[in-house]
Amino acid sequence: MARDSQAALVALNRFGFGARGGAAGDFINAASDPRGFVLAELVRPNGALLEVPGLLSTPELGKQVFDYQFEIQQARNAAKAAQSGASETPQGPDAKPQQRRNLSLSSAAKEIDPAMQTQAVDHANAAMTPPPTMQPVAGPPKPPAQPLNIIQKTFRAEALARLQRGVVADCGFVERLVVFWSNHLCISANKGALARMWAGSFEREAIRPHVLGRFGDMLKAVEQHPAMLFFLDNQQSLGPESRAGINRNRGLNENLAREIMELHTLGVGGGYTQDDVTSLARVITGWTFAGRQGQLGTPGSFVFNANAHQPGPQQVLGKTYTQAGVAQGEAVLSDIARHPSTVKFIATKFARHFVADDPPPALVAKLQDTFSKTDGDLRALATALVGSNEAWQAPLTKMRSPYEFLVASGRLLARNPEDPARYLNGLNVLGQPLWSPAGPNGFPDTAAAWAAPEGLKLRLDISAQLASQLADRFDPRDLLELVAADAASPETRRTIERAESRQQALALLLMSPEFQRR
Amino acid sequence: MTMDCSESLMLQATSRRALLLGGASFAAWAYLPKFARAADGRDPRFIVVILRGALDGLATVAPIGDPDYAGLHGAIALKADGPNAAVMLDPFFGLHPAMPEFARMYRAKQAAVVHAVATSYRDRSHFDGQDVLESGFPGPGRVQSGWLNRALEALPKGERVTSALAVGPTTPLVLRGAAPTVGWAPTALPQAADDTAMRLLDLYQHRDPTLASALTQGLQLEKQAQGDEMKPKPGAGGVAAMRLVARGAAKLMAADDGPRIGALAFDGWDTHANEGGPVGRLAQLLGGLDGALAEFQSGLGARWRDTVIVVATEFGRTARINGTDGTDHGTGTIALLAGGAVNGGRMITDWPGLKPANLYQARDLAPTTDLRAVIKGVLHDEFGLGERVLAETVFPDSAPVRAMKGLVV
Repeated sequence: MARDSQAALVALNRFGFGARGGAAGDFINAASDPRGFVLAELVRPNGALLEVPGLLSTPELGKQVFDYQFEIQQARNAAKAAQSGASETPQGPDAKPQQRRNLSLSSAAKEIDPAMQTQAVDHANAAMTPPPTMQPVAGPPKPPAQPLNIIQKTFRAEALARLQRGVVADCGFVERLVVFWSNHLCISANKGALARMWAGSFEREAIRPHVLGRFGDMLKAVEQHPAMLFFLDNQQSLGPESRAGINRNRGLNENLAREIMELHTLGVGGGYTQDDVTSLARVITGWTFAGRQGQLGTPGSFVFNANAHQPGPQQVLGKTYTQAGVAQGEAVLSDIARHPSTVKFIATKFARHFVADDPPPALVAKLQDTFSKTDGDLRALATALVGSNEAWQAPLTKMRSPYEFLVASGRLLARNPEDPARYLNGLNVLGQPLWSPAGPNGFPDTAAAWAAPEGLKLRLDISAQLASQLADRFDPRDLLELVAADAASPETRRTIERAESRQQALALLLMSPEFQRR
Repeated sequence: MTMDCSESLMLQATSRRALLLGGASFAAWAYLPKFARAADGRDPRFIVVILRGALDGLATVAPIGDPDYAGLHGAIALKADGPNAAVMLDPFFGLHPAMPEFARMYRAKQAAVVHAVATSYRDRSHFDGQDVLESGFPGPGRVQSGWLNRALEALPKGERVTSALAVGPTTPLVLRGAAPTVGWAPTALPQAADDTAMRLLDLYQHRDPTLASALTQGLQLEKQAQGDEMKPKPGAGGVAAMRLVARGAAKLMAADDGPRIGALAFDGWDTHANEGGPVGRLAQLLGGLDGALAEFQSGLGARWRDTVIVVATEFGRTARINGTDGTDHGTGTIALLAGGAVNGGRMITDWPGLKPANLYQARDLAPTTDLRAVIKGVLHDEFGLGERVLAETVFPDSAPVRAMKGLVV
C-alpha cells in the first residue's frame, strides 16, 4: 500500500486537529489514504451534532438564567430594604461574569494533564501520578473557591463537551468545520450573562446541525437564534411604525442587519448599500426571544413579535419583499444566502482558513462553483475542498490557532480533558478566549495573527510547562513518528533527538513547524 | 579501585593508572546496617542531584596533570595558574574555579570526586542515557520505576523512613515507583528555559524564517519586560533557581519528621557550543550547582553531619573540543559526593589517561568506574542495604558491579 507521509501531514494538520497519541495509528491511517481519512468524518450520520447528557436546550438554559437573575434581583431588593444606603452594589444580573485575572500558564498546561492536580494523600503507584505536594514553609491557607454560578457551570460544561469531542475525533475535520463556521457566524460570550449561558447551545443548535447541510439553513438558524439576537441587539430593535415602535417611541437597531450583510454573507464591498442595511433591519424587526414571563412563547426561545415588526413591503438589494411577518425576513435571508457576493465571500474565506492566507484562485473558483451548483451544500463544499489538488499541494504555511494548538497537544499527549478550566485559561493567555472574539468579525484567520512574537513566546512557555509535567511518560522520538513520521524535516528530527532531556525534546516537538504549521 | 590520590602526587600520568590499580584494596568487607543505628544518633539523609544534558567532567574536575588534557580541551581547558585558575584538589586534578563551596567541603573532607565514571550505557542519546542513569537497569527501556524508589522500598519500614522527596514539577524517574513519595516545587512560575528557546530558534532559522523572526522578537520583548535576568527560573537551570530549589528541599529534609531521601534534577548541561572555560556558560551552571550544595549544607543544619549528596549525570562529553568551542556527547565523566557523612577530601579514580589510544572510541574519557558501584556503596553505608538487594532489586543484574566501600564515614 502506498504511503504518502507528506499528504498524511496535510490530512492531519491542515484538515484535522493533528494525530492522536497512544495506539490510534492516525498517521499510518492518514498516510495510506489521506483523502479518505479526512472525508470519512463527512459521511457519518449526524457527524457534527454534539449531544451530551446534561447539555440543555437554549430555552431550558434561558429559564435557568432568568431564574438565576431573578433570584439575584430579589436578593438585591431584600438587601436594599434591609439596609438602605448600603455602599456596596451587588453584581447586576446582566453584568459580565467575573473574568479570571490570574491567568497562569502553568494552569493552562495542567489542564492538558488533569492528573497534575494536587493529590491529597500518599499513593502507591507513582509511575503515572504525581506525588502529593508539601511546602517547606506553611503558607497562608488559600481562601475557599467561590462555588460556580449556573452561568459559569454551563459555560464550562459546554466547553468541556466541545474540547472532548475535538480531542477524541478520528481526524477532527468535522470539528474544524464547526470551529470555522462558529467563528464565521460568531457571537461573543462576553456580551453578557445570556450570551455566556448560550454560547455553547448556540453552536450546538445553530451551527452543528448545518455544518454538513445547507448554508441557507445555517444562516436562518443563526439569525433566529436567541444568542445572536441578543449579541447583536435585535431584541431591542422595533419597527418605527410597528405598534410597539409607536407606543414606545423607539425604533430600529441596525446592528444585526449590518453584520448579516457585511460579515455573514455578502462581505464588505459585496454590493449592498446603507439603504439595504436599513431595509433588512426593518425586515427582521420582531425577531426576538421570549423573556422570563413567557408572554410571547416559551422563555428563551425564538419568537416573532408581530407588534415590533415594521409593517409593509421592503426593498432589499433591488428586490421587493411583500411577505408578512417572519416570512419576509426568511425570504430575504434565503436570497442573500445564494447571492454571488456571498458565494465568493464564503468560498474565499473557506479556502483562506484551510489552505493559505492568499488561497489559490483556482481553488476559490472551484469552491464558488460547487457552492453555486449545490445551492450552498456545505458538505459538498467541504468535499470539494478535500477533493482539490490545490488543497494538498499548497505548502503548510498557516499557523494553528491557539485552540487548534491546545487541542492538538491534548490529542498527541492523550489527555482527554476532564476540567476545561485550564484549556480556557490557555486560550485566554494565547488571545483566543473560547467563544469570545473581540468583535462580530470573529477571531483573525491569518498566519501573521497567530505567529506574533508574544504569542509564539507564550506558546513556548505553555509547551515547556506541558513537557515538564508529561514528558517522562513519553519518548519524544516516538511522538515525532506519530506527528509527522518521515514527513518530519531532518532539522526537526535532529533537534528533538539532540535535546538534552525528554522534557526539552517534547517542548521542542510541540513548537516545531511540523506541529505549529498547518 | 578506590584510592586516595594524595598518595601518588609525584607520579606521571602514564604510570598513574598502574599505581592506582596496584594500590587498590580488595579486602573483603561486611555490610554494616547503619540505618537503624539509634545508639550513635545517626539519622542519615541522602540526596540525588541529576545533571541533565551530560556534564563535561573534564571541564569540571580537570586532569591538569595529564599531558594530553590541555591539547584536547584547547581553548576551554582549565589551568593551574593565571587568572581564574583551577582550585587544585591534588597536584593532578584541578576543580573548576566556579565551585569554591565544593572546594571548601573537599578540604574539610566532606566532599569527594569520582572520576572516569559512567553508567553501563555506552551510546549517546540523552533520553536513553537518562533512562539508564535513573532506572538503574543495565540498558534503556521504558521502565517506570527508578533505583532510588526501589532502594526506599527495600528499607526497613521503621518510623524514621518517611516518604521520599521529589523536587520539581514532576517526580524524576529515579524516584518513581511503588514507594511513597511527596513532591515539592518552588511556586515561582516556571518559564521555558533559555536553552530550549535557543534550540527552537535554531530550528526555526533553518526551517521557518518567519517563525524565527517572530520568536526572536518575542524573546527580546520578554527580556525587556523582565529586566532582571537573575529572576528565579525553576527548571531553567538558572543559578538563582538552583539555590532556591536546594534551599526549599533542605528545609523540608532538615525537619525531624521530614523526608530522609530526596531527588532533584538540574537541566542545561548539554554544552555543544560556547561551553566556556573558567568563565562562561558552564561556569555559570557550575556556580549554580555549587550554590545549591552550599544551600543544602546550611539548610540541613545539624543533619548535614549524616548527609550524603550524590551528583550524577547521564554521560560525559568528548575529550576534544569541537569546532564551536563546545563538546559533544561522550562517555566517562565525574560524580560528586558531598555531605558531612562523606569520607571526603579524596579523588577517587582509576585514571585511564587521555592518550588517543586510551580514549573510548578515540573520543571520550574511558570509563573505569561503574556509577552503580558508587551508589551501591553509599546506599550500603548509609542505609545498610544488603548486597543482594542492591544487585537484584535496586540495580537489577548488577551483581558483578561490587559496591565501593568506605565512601561514608
